[in-house]
Amino acid sequence: MTEPLLHVRDLKTYFVTEHGGGTARAVDGVSFDVYPGETLGLVGESGCGKTVTSLSILRLIPEPPGHIRPGSFIEFEGRNLLTLAPKELRAIRGNRIAMIFQEPMTSLNPVFTVGDQIAEAAIVHQRLSRRAARARAVEMLTLVGIPDPQERVDHYPHQMSGGMRQRVMIAMALICRPQLLIADEPTTALDVTIQAQILELLDRLQRELGMAVMLITHDLGVVAGSADRVVVMYAGQVVEQAPTRQLFARPLHPYTEGLLASVPRLDTRVSQVRGRLHSIPGQVPAATAWPAGCRFHPRCPYAWDRCATEEPPPLDTPGSEPGTHTVRCWLLTEPQRRERRA
Amino acid sequence: MTAWTWLALAGAIVVALVAAAQVRRHAAARAAGRRFLRHPTASLGVFILAFFVTLALAAPLVAPYDPTRQLDPVHLQNQPPSLRFLLGTDVYGRDVWSRLVYGARLSLGIGTLAMLVAVTVGAGVGALAGYFRHWLDAILMRGVDVGLAVPRIFVLLMAVALWERLPLAALVLLIGLTGWFVTSRLVRAEVLSLREREFVAAAQAVGAGPTRVILRHVLPNAAAPIIVSAALGIGNVILLEAGLSFLGIGVPSPLPSWGSMIHDGWQWIVAAPWTSGFPGLAIAFVVMALTAVGDGLRDALDPRDTLDPRKEGT
Amino acid sequence: MTAWLVRRLAAAIAIVFAVVTITFVLIHLAPGTPFGADEQHQQDPEVIARLVRQFGLDQPLPVQYVLYLRNLLRGELGQSFSQHRPVADAIADTIPPTLTLAGAALVVDFAIGLALGVYQAVRPRRFGDIVLGNVALFFHSLPTFWLGLVLLLVFGQWLHVFPVGGMRDPVLCPSVTSARCLGDVVWHLALPALTLGLVGAAGTARYQRAAMLEVVGEDYVRTARAKGLGERRVLLVHALRNALLPFITLIGLAFPFLLTGAVLVETVFAWPGMGRLSVGAIFQRDYPLVTGAALVATGAVVLGSVLADVLYAVADPRLRAPGGAT
Repeated sequence: MTEPLLHVRDLKTYFVTEHGGGTARAVDGVSFDVYPGETLGLVGESGCGKTVTSLSILRLIPEPPGHIRPGSFIEFEGRNLLTLAPKELRAIRGNRIAMIFQEPMTSLNPVFTVGDQIAEAAIVHQRLSRRAARARAVEMLTLVGIPDPQERVDHYPHQMSGGMRQRVMIAMALICRPQLLIADEPTTALDVTIQAQILELLDRLQRELGMAVMLITHDLGVVAGSADRVVVMYAGQVVEQAPTRQLFARPLHPYTEGLLASVPRLDTRVSQVRGRLHSIPGQVPAATAWPAGCRFHPRCPYAWDRCATEEPPPLDTPGSEPGTHTVRCWLLTEPQRRERRA
Repeated sequence: MTAWTWLALAGAIVVALVAAAQVRRHAAARAAGRRFLRHPTASLGVFILAFFVTLALAAPLVAPYDPTRQLDPVHLQNQPPSLRFLLGTDVYGRDVWSRLVYGARLSLGIGTLAMLVAVTVGAGVGALAGYFRHWLDAILMRGVDVGLAVPRIFVLLMAVALWERLPLAALVLLIGLTGWFVTSRLVRAEVLSLREREFVAAAQAVGAGPTRVILRHVLPNAAAPIIVSAALGIGNVILLEAGLSFLGIGVPSPLPSWGSMIHDGWQWIVAAPWTSGFPGLAIAFVVMALTAVGDGLRDALDPRDTLDPRKEGT
Repeated sequence: MTAWLVRRLAAAIAIVFAVVTITFVLIHLAPGTPFGADEQHQQDPEVIARLVRQFGLDQPLPVQYVLYLRNLLRGELGQSFSQHRPVADAIADTIPPTLTLAGAALVVDFAIGLALGVYQAVRPRRFGDIVLGNVALFFHSLPTFWLGLVLLLVFGQWLHVFPVGGMRDPVLCPSVTSARCLGDVVWHLALPALTLGLVGAAGTARYQRAAMLEVVGEDYVRTARAKGLGERRVLLVHALRNALLPFITLIGLAFPFLLTGAVLVETVFAWPGMGRLSVGAIFQRDYPLVTGAALVATGAVVLGSVLADVLYAVADPRLRAPGGAT
């Protein structure tokens, strides 16, 4: 078993809300690993903490009102990212770990050319001359599939379409050949057809550059197509993690079950569907007041009294190697309860 | 200062504190109010305004002397502040404190009146331009451009030069009429977006004429920029009136507007700095308070407001 | 871009034209014959005759209007009652001092205001920001002339650091003939420029703080940090460059502020500029001079706003090279 590239243990990121709203425990004890060269999908609805998790890795959380709790541990290439001096952290950002964001239009600086923005990381981290960096930038534009790169390199973000801007962001992130790319909802703001192109691009680049990708999304379809392993988040915690195929074939956490069941399918016959689309009843609770015990229990069809009082730890599934498929659910200890509601 | 006036002054402070506290209490009950209260200077501003307004209203009680009475031009001129003359006396032997207090009436009154004129015209023009659009909008907004091209003080200088006897009322009106341009733009922008809303269509569908729709439906919802303009506008007018009076073309001399007090004390700035000093401080505090309150209101009423330096009131 | 520029200039000319027309109407609405002689204004009969000819004072109104416009284009603004010479000459003499004062005040205003605003935004809601913010609020609320009086009193009278008025030493340096005389002017310039500049800087700082804060919250600043750039570079290169765009609009607004302030500050410091000239003219009911000054001031304001618009278009790539994409 290889060493993980990124090892997150018990990450807690809290936010102080105004006017005595209490502390929002956006990420509340998240643990997972990312292995070299793999694509890890991080899935969950909005509000589950996946974006905050990704921002916490590079410590991009605005310090008031947010803070990463002591006791959180993020290891990368043998060092704890959370205790690094700012200078050392900056040497990693954009260089060993890179990040791309959801909104390519607002994530690119409107007053600088695309080429300048791409080249900047190379100038800062690799000490390239402006000329050399610019040439690299043109190379990157070609790599991400932008036509006429020699011309485009001097264009401004507003002169490009959404899909092209996202490619530019990818070029910007990859110019220093990072070991890990964190992609926070890279396709959510794009057209469906462009989405497919970008995902394909990320796939190809990952293979060519041999890097790991952490793909954050709320879209299960994206995860099914691109990820090797999946981490499902709910209410600031990891509720299930498994290899993709296993997760989709046999989801064990009731939330994952519900998510999969909620996806409208084109291949079911009308008679099989009882007229209504499935949805998980209830709403995601507020981060300032997570439910006691298992956080999903108010919405769970299988819940019993233990679920309301005791919070389940991540449990290994019988039949899988330890650590490969973990589920935060008491059903694993009492599987018979699952049959009753089937 | 006599014992009674000390008492009255203390009373004015208490009244101001109570008023400010009441405002705080009522504000805390509403979301917009809480946004206002997030600015500590805004709350302080409310207190300062309440204090000066109380002083102005209670002038006869708080002022021990008649503001225009020259108590003893020979022996009592240019006396420094003392227990008897709280802020000293000026070159004519008049009590600066009494003049300041009555001056609050003048300066605040002129500020409010001129602002009312400006805000009314501005809101009216802005509403018309935003509601009817097309050629009316184009004409009105070109007019606004023209109005903004001439520095305000030069318009007033011209008016004073052209009309020899310009009564104070006319001057105040003119100050108002030169200050509505920014407000009109703000109101126009608000109305342009409001007119697309359903309640306007609903009112029109019921057969309401444009006047009714504008007055009863659109303008009340456009209140935010109007209110903020009003608060900031009073401050601008006070500063302008002070400038004009200082030059000698504003409030005429025996009347104690804060600007004319500075004018009176100018020649004696070395011998008696308090005569010009205190009125200037009073202006500074009131304008500070108005600005702070205006900022707080802007945040409270329209938290998504975008940045624009041209929104600094009338 | 050129098409836009042409339209912008055309609009500016239209505005000046409108102001000129309104001024003409006002002059004729006011009591008293335009440029005429009455008990107050003793004029040389030759001069009166020349004016009647030049401005068509015996002609019907439309003709007078056309003549008025023609004269304006030639730089003829009429005859000053109080100075007994052409208005244009009188004003021309005062433009350099006013320009100097306005220019110096602008430099003080923007240098202090920009630095302060950026500094406050970099550490918002901390002690420095709160203190500076309130200081700025205070200065922003001061009557400019009153601040001038205070500075005059403290630095001119009490501390004897700066002169108490005027533009130059009338005996030693009646005109700027040497470096020493230049220094003399600068020494006289210090207090009035500081007065105008400080009040302006307060407003600039307040505004720039808000502009910078807004920019610092933008996504692309986060991207810059994610690339591993140092905080200084993130703020001073990525953020500030964007915050300077709204700053340019301040340039356009500075002109009316400076001209208004000049009127008051020049009076306080006896600075021989256009403002002081206008104020003096009022008391002599010399309206040709005052209206002439008003027109010149208008021209300056319009020019300033065109300048600001052009600068903004040049600085913002979104306007310089309009994109076609969504």
